[in-house]
Amino acid sequence: MDEKKIRLKLENISQSFVVNNEVQDAVSDVSLEVYDNEFLVLLGPGHCGKSVLLNIIGGLEKPVSGNLYLDGEKLSGSDTRISMVFQRLALMPWKTVMGNVEFGPQIAGIDKATRRKNAQKYIDLVGLTGFEKSYPNQLSGGMKQRVGIARAYATNPEILLMDEPFGQLDAQTRYAMEEEIQRIWQQEKRTIIFVTNNIEEAVYLGDRIILLSECPATVKQIYDVNLPRPRNTIDPEFLRIRKEVSENTDLAL
Amino acid sequence: MSETKQEFKVEVKNLTKYFGDLHVLNDISFNIKKGEFVCVVGPTGCGKTTFLNLLTRIYTPTKGDLYIDGEPADPKKHNLAFVFQEPSSVPWLTVEQNLRFGLEIKKLDKKEIDERVNNIISLLGLEKFRDSYPHQLSVSTAQRIIIGRAFAMNPDLLLMDEPYGQMDVKLRFYLEDEVIRLWKKLGSTVVFITHNIEEAVYLAERILILTNKPATIKEEVIVDLPRPRDVVSPEFVEIRKHVTDQIKWW
Repeated sequence: MDEKKIRLKLENISQSFVVNNEVQDAVSDVSLEVYDNEFLVLLGPGHCGKSVLLNIIGGLEKPVSGNLYLDGEKLSGSDTRISMVFQRLALMPWKTVMGNVEFGPQIAGIDKATRRKNAQKYIDLVGLTGFEKSYPNQLSGGMKQRVGIARAYATNPEILLMDEPFGQLDAQTRYAMEEEIQRIWQQEKRTIIFVTNNIEEAVYLGDRIILLSECPATVKQIYDVNLPRPRNTIDPEFLRIRKEVSENTDLAL
Repeated sequence: MSETKQEFKVEVKNLTKYFGDLHVLNDISFNIKKGEFVCVVGPTGCGKTTFLNLLTRIYTPTKGDLYIDGEPADPKKHNLAFVFQEPSSVPWLTVEQNLRFGLEIKKLDKKEIDERVNNIISLLGLEKFRDSYPHQLSVSTAQRIIIGRAFAMNPDLLLMDEPYGQMDVKLRFYLEDEVIRLWKKLGSTVVFITHNIEEAVYLAERILILTNKPATIKEEVIVDLPRPRDVVSPEFVEIRKHVTDQIKWW
């Protein structure tokens, strides 16, 4: 049997917040394992706590209980081996594409020649060659998110976290970017944890889909998607899986 | 000739728009029958929004014109209702007051307003939100109010610009079924713009496919499938694929 290598392990993660003097649970006892070089999708309805879970993995917030392990080693707080792509881009508007992509390595103290070369590699990979000197406001929505992806890659992380990165794009640009992220991932394999509320996107991208319940987030079901890539969104099997997942998802009106 | 003219609620003739040198729309002509549901799709950035803004008279055309019941469209005379992508409810009014708002501006009598508003609230099943304010609602519910508000106007032409843009498949189908229910019940004439081809095939009686800029109508597709439509049926997938192939740029 080919045992998959476990990269990241979440053990009984729970998170709660105090809202108007009341405790509200956002994540409740989530345990899961993430395999090496896997494209894992966390799918859940709006406001179900999936971003909270991702923030915990990224070390941006501390869970009230539970533990995280990377390669068997306990994690506390943020870790340079984990990098994040945000829904709201979080690009620095006063820096060029190159400036944004090389920022992480620059802070890490990597010399200019090395970090430039590395940044260029990922700018090329995401298809922004020729836009190195452009500023974010000169780019379209899809291009800005490409910068975010290149920036995340440029820190050379082992695990990439993506928080609804295509949530603000129109349907067509979204399809284009889904194809792109798949191509990039196949070319430069990393472990990706991708959060979305879009069922079609989840089925298109995921090796596995972790379906989360309504708030507080718990693991409702895990789907293995064994369709060949690149996937076809109008293939009968694709539509069947989409329907199956859809019927099991909570409608958040 | 005059006979066929009578059938059409909306006639668009040779609609052309330039912004300076930028040629956005090129000689678009089509007709919409009373009570028809038409979807407009096209590649990103093809000028769909300009097209809508011309239909609503926010912009004036460089050439050509839009006629409603055979007369040049006039927002003072005709009822042109609009639903934007972002919920556009009035934040300091309750759900009911939002629904009443346009009708009061049109100075309808109170009884008529009560009747229409109650009808919409019951069609949407929003009785319990009647006195809520928009910020107390989810984005999808806020959008449903706006859609209800637009239908309540009994518009001559209801224009919708991707009202379900960022909503997920499951929620979208729920809301799309709701819009079809309202449309069937109220017999409105609807132009629905979307980037989402599956959505267009799910909703439309007829799809207009626009080309890249300068946009013109590339093709008209009649969707003659029974409702509610089955998105996994071969006929549905076939139409979806055909329309996608016509606009695919990615």
